[in-house]
Formats: sequence, C-alpha cells, structure tokens
Amino acid sequence: MNAPLLVTKRMVEHPTDSHTLERYKATGGYAAAKRAVSMTRDELVEAVKSSGLLGRGGAAFSAGLKWSFLAPARPAYLVVNGDESEPGTFKDRQLLERDPHQLIEGVIITAIANEVHHAFIYIRGEYPKPARRVQQAVEEAYRQGYLGQGIFNTDFDLEVIVHLGAGAYICGEETALINSLEGLRGEPRLKPPYFPAAVGLYNKPTIVNNVETLSNLPHILNDGVDAFKALGHEADTGTFLFSVSGHVEKPGNYELPHGLTWRELIFDVAGGIPNGRKLKTWIPGGASAPWFVPPDHLDLPITKDDTAKAGSMLGSGAVVVMNDSTCVVRAAERVVRFFAHESCGQCTPCREGTSWLELILRRIESGQGREVDPDLLLDVSDNISVGLAWPPKMTTICPLGPSAVSPIISIIKYFKDEVMAHIHDGRCPLIA
Amino acid sequence: MSKWPEATEERARAIIAQYPNRRSAVMPLLYLAMSEEGYLTEAGMARVAELVGITPAQVLSVASFYTMYKLEPVGRYLISCCTSISCMLLGSDDVLHALEEEVGVASGEVDSEGLIGLEHAECIGACGGAPAMQVNYELIEGINPEKARQLVEWLRKARPEVVNTDEMQSLFGGRPSFDWAITEDVGAVGPYPAYEPFGTVRSSTE
Repeated sequence: MNAPLLVTKRMVEHPTDSHTLERYKATGGYAAAKRAVSMTRDELVEAVKSSGLLGRGGAAFSAGLKWSFLAPARPAYLVVNGDESEPGTFKDRQLLERDPHQLIEGVIITAIANEVHHAFIYIRGEYPKPARRVQQAVEEAYRQGYLGQGIFNTDFDLEVIVHLGAGAYICGEETALINSLEGLRGEPRLKPPYFPAAVGLYNKPTIVNNVETLSNLPHILNDGVDAFKALGHEADTGTFLFSVSGHVEKPGNYELPHGLTWRELIFDVAGGIPNGRKLKTWIPGGASAPWFVPPDHLDLPITKDDTAKAGSMLGSGAVVVMNDSTCVVRAAERVVRFFAHESCGQCTPCREGTSWLELILRRIESGQGREVDPDLLLDVSDNISVGLAWPPKMTTICPLGPSAVSPIISIIKYFKDEVMAHIHDGRCPLIA
Repeated sequence: MSKWPEATEERARAIIAQYPNRRSAVMPLLYLAMSEEGYLTEAGMARVAELVGITPAQVLSVASFYTMYKLEPVGRYLISCCTSISCMLLGSDDVLHALEEEVGVASGEVDSEGLIGLEHAECIGACGGAPAMQVNYELIEGINPEKARQLVEWLRKARPEVVNTDEMQSLFGGRPSFDWAITEDVGAVGPYPAYEPFGTVRSSTE
C-alpha cells in the first residue's frame, strides 16, 4: 500500500525532526495559514464543507457543516479535542508528538474561519510527552508572530492555551470536555442544545474539533479541495488514520484512503495474524463499535456507509484484532469494564447497567455463569440501549452507556456457543 | 489558608491569567497542589479553592472525578499498568501480576516504604506498543513480565531523580506504537505529569 500521505507525510519523510519549527517551515509549513488570513469566513467554511472532511474523532460529522452552525454571538471559542482515550486508539498521540505545528496551523485556519480569538488545546493528562511537544510548538508559534496579537502582521488576535486533562475518557464527549475546561466535573451536558456551536464554553458559541480533523486543514488549503477529494474514496474524502492493534504482525498507525477491504488492512497492511494463529474477530472502530467476524465481513470495503450498513462504525479508526486463542467472554469483559470505569455516573442506565454487565461477564468467565445469564446480559443492555438497535437508541445523555452494549451483542450474536460452554462446563473452553 | 512557595504561587497566577474565567484554572492548579505535596491534601485543595474563588467542596468535587488526581499518597514512583483490551490481548495481566509480586502490593496500593505505588490503568493510548505501562505517566511500550520486574528493581536501586520515558523505553521497552525517532532527556519528578507550565519537568542528565 503506497497511498499518498497527508497528515503523517512529514513524520514519515523526516523522522528525526518532523516536530520542529525549522522542518515544518522548510516543508511548506504555515503557508496555508498565511493564505487563510486574507480569506473570508464564507470562503473558508465553503472550502472545508466542499472538501467533504468529516470529523475524525469518532462521530464523522462534516467539519465544514459544524463550522457553519456557529452562532453569531461573540466571543466564540475553539476547543481542540486531544483527549484521545478510546481503547485501541493512539493516532492523535502520534500527530501531537510528531507534528505539533501541523495542528497549530489547523487551529489558526479554524480560528480565522470562525472569527475566534481564543483556542484551547485539550490533551489527555496521560500524554505528557505530546503535551510538552505541543506546548513548545505553541511557544515557538507565538515567537514567530503566528499566534498572539496581530498574527501574520494583520489585526487578528489569537491566544492558544494548552490544557491538560486528568484521566477521564468521558471528557472526549464534547460537552463533557467543555465542562472540564470550565473547571467542573467532566459530565456531559443535557441536550438540547445539541451543538456547542450554539451554546458551548462559558455559554458562548464554540467549535470543538478533533486533532486529526484540524491536522488535515493545511493540506486542504495547500493542495486544494479537488486534490483532497481525489485522494479519498467516493464520499469518504481525504485519508484516514487507522490505529491497528492486538494480534497482528505489524501493529501501528496507518494513514490510508477508505475503500480497501478489511482483509487487505488486517492481512496486507498489518501483516496478518502472527504465530500461525487464525483470525477470530475484530473491533472495526474503537471499543464502542460492534465487532466484525470472518468470513462475513472480511471483504467489505472500509467505508463509513458499508461499515454502518453492516451494523458497526469506523469511529475513531481503532482496529483491535483478536486471534483464535482469545476468550471472547474475557475480551468483552475487558471492554465493558472500561465503560463501567469511565461512566460519569449521571444517568442510571449507564452507571448501574455497565457495572452489572461487567459483573455478569466476570461471573461467566470465572465459570460461575448461569443458564439465564445471556438473556440477563441482553435485558440489562436493552435498558441502556432500547431495542439494541444500531445506531443505538439512547436512554442516556451521551453514547457511553450504549457503547458498553456493543461487545455484549457481538459475543451473543457470533459466539453464543463459546459463552454457553463457559456456563455449562464451568470454565473457559479455550484453556486446555 | 497557607500559601505555596513563591515560585509555585507565581506559576498559579500565570495559569489563572491565561483563562477567560478563573474557575477554568482548577485542573492545572490541582496539578500544582500535587507537585507541592505528592498528592492532594485538604490544605492543597483549600489553596486551590482560595485562588480560584470557589469552595473547597467544589474543588473536591472536581478532584474526585478524575483518576489522575490522587487524594492519598501513591508513592514517589507511580506505576500504571494498562490492562485494557489491546494490552490484555498481548499479556498485560501477566505483567500486572509480575508487578504485584515484585512491588509486593496489590494494584491500588503503595509499598511500605512509600516508594512505589501500583495501579492498573484503563487505556493509555499505547495500543500499538502493547502491553504498555507508565511510571509517573512516562511511557514504556512493549513491556513483558520479566522486564517489568527489572524495572521495579531498577527504580528501587537507582532511585532516579527524574524518570524519563526515552531512558526507560531503551532499558526495558520493546516494540513501540510508532517510531519515537529522537530521544529527549526530560522527565517526571513525581506522580503527576511532567509539564513545563506546572514546573514539573526536569532534565535527567543535569
């Protein structure tokens, strides 16, 4: 796979200094921002809208459309979501650490497009090295006059603040992130209002964009909308960062266009399953996504629509591959435990439901499961996510609770025999 | 309430001045409080409350929400062993058991000397380098049970002033999520993130 690279191009071609200002400028850096200062809001929003760029944080919402919703009241704010915490996802860490100026240029373009003079880069607390790199890059950009008062010798002011999280997955939900930035508990806000673009940080209009989303913007302005679209696959324009982990020969972040098949991604790009093992199942889009299995899903093209039609999502691009030695009860328990731990506790179905799902799965895994447990799991799940539909019908303020249901549905749909064997034999059938 | 040393107070003022609203400084100030005493004491949280203009109870409501704010001592070196799905698939549970044996405590506890604390962590964003762990939030990828034991032994013997991700990766790590390319000599001095605006970054070669 030798697809053209955008957001990881610099770090691939210049591995030792892609994070430095010198390298960034020597490879065309900040040219797009300089162009942006002489463009109007309408021109910039239109460019991003017509590029088809979708948010890369998991929801895949049109970035340009999100911008166009921004209410006219000022001040308005920009918040960069660098709270990457979805199990299996480690792409933003690489972008923050290896190419921080690319992100800052994206921030400048977004600020100009949305007439915003205050931007916050929220980075999860467990990422001190990426935070150090970004903070250093922000300081360099200030010294260059790219940030601060009168950027690029215009009358446009832009202050950028790097803010560290402190260990809460839920702060990746944009309204929780805003509460966290306001110095509150990171609990998602009740909707409506649905979009921070109407009411966000300090109750002002706010744009919240993911790190990878913003890192694409300099390329859209430099190469043009048509080039960006041509790079992608039909409706999924541009490239996409896949974080591949688990039982593969070559785990890592891969920047690719959509449209290749899961077989190609797992076996060609990531080198297949090591140690002579076979592929058992994989999570196609982060811990929240329902699982896929061979052979049914192996030759599906990886696009947003094809994945949705098959009952899952590409989410944050995290692909977690499991071989045939994996106990699916244990794997599901581990994913559900994550959501139980990260539940903010506001909504009863999520707070109580995720914990009960975890306990029931642990009971089955330890050989203490009961005949009724699979139905019990589905019943609890149904109370969190009504009708077990995809996409979920929520009983909760945010999608965290319904995310915990995905592994439950997956193991009962594809691996019911293995679940029942735990219950009937009183132990895991995979352990000899 | 008693103030912090002047250098820390100055950092606090600089942090507060950045934000359009004082309360937004609560999270960074909680890190400052931790850097003063190693964890969050009532006095530390009271100082944060005073500086931000909210009540100590409101500060506690924030501190208790986030896992990285520690309300009890967690040792000079806090080991966080990831046991989420990708790390679990590649043997993180064996790493955690080895760490529990070597440190001599269960996950969530601190050794009797107060030197090493151990916790299992949810996903730390190092899935491509699984299994992964952190010491004072400085990352080591591609760990295994044997290397994890050696790391504990090294912490006990060398008692490094600064724990540095690149040094630990070269000594005890294996395959990383992505090529780190260059190494830096800075790291953490306590169980909180090493980050310049908090005054918590030190060079390990000085």
